[in-house]
Amino acid sequence: MNPVVEPTIFELSSPGRKGVPLPQTDVPEPEALSQEFRRRSELAWPEAAEIDVMRHFVRLSVLNHHIEKGIYPLGSCTMKYNPKVNEQAARLPGFAELHPETAEADAQGALKLMYELAGFLAEIGGVGAVTLQPSAGAQGELAGLLLMKAHHSERKDKKRNQIIIPDSAHGTNPASVATAGWETVQIASGADGRVSLKKLQEALTGRTAGMMLTNPNTLGLFEKDILEICRLVHEAGGLMYMDGANLNALMGIVKPGDLGFDIVHFNLHKTFSTPHGGGGPGAGAVGVKKFLEPYLPNPRVERIEKKGKDWYRFTENKKSIGKVHSAFGNFGVLVRAYTYIRTLGTEGLSEVSENAILNANYLLARVKDSYEVPYPGFCQHEFVLSGNRQKAQGVRTMDIAKRLLDFGVHAPTAYFPLIVPEALMIEPTETESRESLDYLADAFIQIAREVETDPEKVKKAPHTTPVGRLDEAKAARDLDIAFHK
Amino acid sequence: MSYVPNTDADRKKMLAAIGVSRFEDLLDAVPNEIRLKEPLKIPPPASELELFADLRKLSRQNIPVSVANSFLGGGFYDHFTPAAADFIIRRPEFLTSYTPYQAEVSQGTLQVIYEFQSLISALTKMEAANASMYDGASAVAEAALMTAHITERKEVLVTEGLNPNYLKVLKTYGTGGAYQLRSLPLGPSGQVEPEALKKNISNKTAALVLQTPNFFGCLEEAKELESIVHAVGAKLVAVFDPISLGMVSPPGEYNADIAVAEGQSLGVPISYGGPAVGLFAAKKELVRRMPGRIAARTTDVTGKIGYVLTLQTREQHIRREKATSNICTNQGLMATLSTVFMSLVGKEGLLQMARLSYAKAHYTAALLEAKGFRRVYAAPFFKEFALELPVPASRVASRLRKTNIVPGIDLGKYDRKRKNQLLIAVTEKKLRADIEALAEGMSFFRPKAGSGIAPERKLETAGLV
Amino acid sequence: MEIKPDLKYTKEHEWIKLDGDTATVGITDFAQGELGDIVFVELPKAGTAVAQMKPFGTIEAVKAVSELFSPISGEIVAANSALESDATVINKDPYGEGWLIKIKVKNPKELDSLLTAEKYKEMVTA
Repeated sequence: MNPVVEPTIFELSSPGRKGVPLPQTDVPEPEALSQEFRRRSELAWPEAAEIDVMRHFVRLSVLNHHIEKGIYPLGSCTMKYNPKVNEQAARLPGFAELHPETAEADAQGALKLMYELAGFLAEIGGVGAVTLQPSAGAQGELAGLLLMKAHHSERKDKKRNQIIIPDSAHGTNPASVATAGWETVQIASGADGRVSLKKLQEALTGRTAGMMLTNPNTLGLFEKDILEICRLVHEAGGLMYMDGANLNALMGIVKPGDLGFDIVHFNLHKTFSTPHGGGGPGAGAVGVKKFLEPYLPNPRVERIEKKGKDWYRFTENKKSIGKVHSAFGNFGVLVRAYTYIRTLGTEGLSEVSENAILNANYLLARVKDSYEVPYPGFCQHEFVLSGNRQKAQGVRTMDIAKRLLDFGVHAPTAYFPLIVPEALMIEPTETESRESLDYLADAFIQIAREVETDPEKVKKAPHTTPVGRLDEAKAARDLDIAFHK
Repeated sequence: MSYVPNTDADRKKMLAAIGVSRFEDLLDAVPNEIRLKEPLKIPPPASELELFADLRKLSRQNIPVSVANSFLGGGFYDHFTPAAADFIIRRPEFLTSYTPYQAEVSQGTLQVIYEFQSLISALTKMEAANASMYDGASAVAEAALMTAHITERKEVLVTEGLNPNYLKVLKTYGTGGAYQLRSLPLGPSGQVEPEALKKNISNKTAALVLQTPNFFGCLEEAKELESIVHAVGAKLVAVFDPISLGMVSPPGEYNADIAVAEGQSLGVPISYGGPAVGLFAAKKELVRRMPGRIAARTTDVTGKIGYVLTLQTREQHIRREKATSNICTNQGLMATLSTVFMSLVGKEGLLQMARLSYAKAHYTAALLEAKGFRRVYAAPFFKEFALELPVPASRVASRLRKTNIVPGIDLGKYDRKRKNQLLIAVTEKKLRADIEALAEGMSFFRPKAGSGIAPERKLETAGLV
Repeated sequence: MEIKPDLKYTKEHEWIKLDGDTATVGITDFAQGELGDIVFVELPKAGTAVAQMKPFGTIEAVKAVSELFSPISGEIVAANSALESDATVINKDPYGEGWLIKIKVKNPKELDSLLTAEKYKEMVTA
C-alpha cells in the first residue's frame, strides 16, 4: 500500500452514515415511475457524516498554496488579492438566488448592475459596446472571432479565413481560431520580442481575417508599434483583436480602443480581481467598436426611460452571432468585478496599473543579475527570465520552479512563452508589498546561488511540500481518473 | 482604495532601486501620442460601507427564488443546498488558488477534481469525467464538436426537446463549420419517436443529442433510440439532469457515448444563471478526445499517492490549434462546491431528493389536472412538466405575481406557438402549502368545460394512489 | 545518445531501415531523449498510404506532442501494436522493440534524399 496524505471521500464512507439528511415527504405518494426509466445500478456515492466531510475538505484545502498565504507570481495570470467585500456582494440573496427566467420587472437590480458594468468596461477598453456573456477568456476569444466572421460575411468577404498570431501568444488563441473554423498564421517575433512589422507585412494577404495580439505581450513588453500594426492589418482588410489577459498593465494609461483594436476581451478574474477558484469560474467580457455592436451575442441589456424612470431590459439583434452561455454569463463573477471597480474608482484603477508595472520592474531589477534576461529593458506588469545559465549547470527551469515552492511562494509560469528557452514568466501584481517582492527576489537569488554550490538541492526540490515530485508519465499511462473500490 | 500596500515612501525606494527617478520613465515603450490625456470616466471610489448599501439596494430590486413561491426551472433549479458546502468554498485555499499547475502545492485542488470526476462517473455510470465545462450549453456544444471530430461526419441531430438555450449556443459554436444541425421533432407524447429518428438519421450523422428528461420534462425512451443511433455508427450524446439520476436510468446504462449536463443543481447557487458548472463525461475509449482538464491519481518520488493534471497534450497550451478544445479556465470553484454537496448529501440524500422532487411534481400536476388543466404531453416526467392553458401563460404569470407566485416559464418566450403553455418545475424544496397555493392561484384560469381542454376531474383519478 | 551507422535519418528525427521492399521506421534515440517519458503513440492502420515527409501519426510525452513524418512513400503493412499498451518501449529501445511502422516501399530511390548517420549526427550536435 502506498502512503496517502488524505484518503478519498469514498474511503471515508461508512454504510448508513448521513451527512445532511433530507426531510420526509409531505405530499401523497404518486404512481411509481415505470421500471424502464428507472436507475438499475447502485449509486456509488459516499456515505459520511457532516463532520467527516468538513474535516476531509479542510484537510485537503491546507495542501494548497493560495494568494492569502503567499505571493503567487504566475505570469499572465494576474494573481492579485481578492477583496472579501466582493464575495459578500455576490452572496446577497437578491443576486445569488435570482433565477435567469425571472421577469425583467423582478430583476431590475441585476440588469442595472450588468448595464453599468458593461459601461465601465467600455470606458476602460475605449470601445463602443460590451457583451458580458462569455464565461472565460477563451470563450471571449471564440466570440470575438465569430464577430470578425460576421463582419466579413456581411461584406461578402468570405475568402478571409486566416488569423495572424505572434509566436509568443497564449495557446488559447490558435485553439480558438480552430474552433471558429479558421487557420492560424503564426509569425515569428522580432529580435526585440515584439511584433516584427516585416513579418507581419509578409503574412498579410487577401485572406487575412484579422490578427490576435496580446498587449503588453506575454514577454511583458508593450507593442510600441501598435498604431502601425493596426494600420497595416486594417489596410489589408483585417480586424484587430486584443487578448486582454494583460490588461492589468494598461488601465488609466492607454485604452485598447485608442490603440486601434476593434475587439478586446477582459478577463474579469484577472484584472478585476475575482478569485480564480482553483481554475475558475472566470468571465471573459468582450468589447467592440461600434461597427461590430450588432453582432454581439444576444441578449444584451439596454436602458430606456419608462414613466420618467430608468428601466433596464434585454434586447436582441438579428445580426447577432448568437448566444454563448445558457443564461447571461457568469453573473456572480460580474457582481464581484462590479464591486471591485466601484471600490477603486478612476484613481484606484490607475493606481493598479502603475503599481503593477512598478512592482514588476522592481522585482526584475533585483533578480536580473542572477538570471539571463532575454529581452532587457523596462517591462510592463510582468517579465520573462531564462534559466539558460542554470541549464548549463545541469539545472532546469522546472527545478528552479519546484525549489521556489520550498520558500512558501508559488512558482512563476514555466516554459512559457514558447519562444524563450527555459522560460520563467513572472507577474507579481500590484497587491504585493515591497517586503513581499524582496522576499521573492531573495528566494530567486538564493536558488541561483544554490545552482552553483548545491545543484542537487535544486534538482531534488521541493523538499517541504505535502508530496514530492509526482510521476506524470505514470499518471498518463496507467490512467486512474475515477475512484473504484 | 486599490488594495495596493506600498506607500509613496516605498515607491520612491523602489524607483531608486530600478534606477529611474519617476514612474513615467518605466513607460518608455508606450508612445506618448496614445497615452490617456484625461482620467477614465468611472464613478469615484466608494467606501465598503457606502458601496454595500448601494449593492444591497440593487439586490433588493430583484425577486429571488427564496422570496417568491417560484416554480421556475428550464435548466436552472432551486434545489436544496446544505449550509456547510459554502463554508468550504469560502476558504481562501480553494477560493484564491489558481489552476493546479504546480501539483506539489495544489494537492487540495487536484484531489477535489479527482473526487469530482469520480462522483460524476458514479452518478452517470460513465467511465471518464472531466474537471468541468463552463455550463450546460457549452458542454453540449463541446460534445457536438467532439463527435464531429471523432466520426469525421458533420451532421448533428438535435431533438425539439433540447433546452432552447443550449440549442442557441450549439448554433453559435457550429458557425465554425465543424457541424451542421438537423432538427428532430417530438411525437405527440412529447418524446422522440423511434420511427422519426430512423427517418432522419443516416451514415452522415455524427451524433444524436438527446436530452432526457427533455426541456418539456418528458423522459425519453433512451435505450430504444440508442440502438438506432449506434446502428449507423453515430454517437449518442445524452443531456441529463443530475438530480434525476437518483431515480432515473443514467446515461451509462443506456450506452451513451458522451453525457453532459448543467450541474447547477448539485449545490450551486442559481446566481442568475452563472457561474454554474458544465458536466462532461464519456466512455473511457474517448478520453483522449475529451475537452478540458482531467486530474489523475499517481505517486510521488517516494511512492506517496498524489494527484496531477493529466493528458495535457489534448489541451490548448500544448497542442494549440490542434487541441481538442480552446477551453482553459473552467468552473473549478463550482466543481468544488458540488463535490462537497455530493459528499454531504451522499447516496441516500440524492435518492431522497429525487424521490421528493418526483412526488411533489406529480402532486402539483395532479392538483392542476384535477382543476381541469391538461399536461401538454402525456409522457412520463420527473420534476418538470408543460401545462396547456386556455389563456397566454404571460397573463397567468402577471396575475399570480400579485400573490408572490411565479408559476413557471412562459414557453411562448421560446416558441410563439407555445404561448399558452407553462413549464412548471417542482423540487424537493417546495412545501405542500406552496404547491397548493399555486393550484389555488391557477384555478382562476381553469378551463371551462367544452373549451377543448379536459374538464375538471376528481383528485383520486388524477394519477395519485 | 546512440546513432546507428547503418540507418538513414530524417530532419524530424525518424530513422528508416530498408529490408527488401519493406522498410521499418522509428524515432531516434535523440528524439526519445528530448521528448522524455513517452506515454502514447497514434499510428495508422495497415493499408494506409503514406507519402515521404508527410505526417503519419503523433507521439506524445507528458507535456509535448510531436507529429511523426514518414521517411518514405508507400503503404503501411504493420504498426507496432505492442506500443498501444506500453509506449515506454520507445524510450528503452528506440531502434529495436520500439519501432513504429513497417512500410511497403514504392520507390527506394527516395532514400537518397535522407540523411546519413554522419549528417544526422552533425545536425543534432550542432
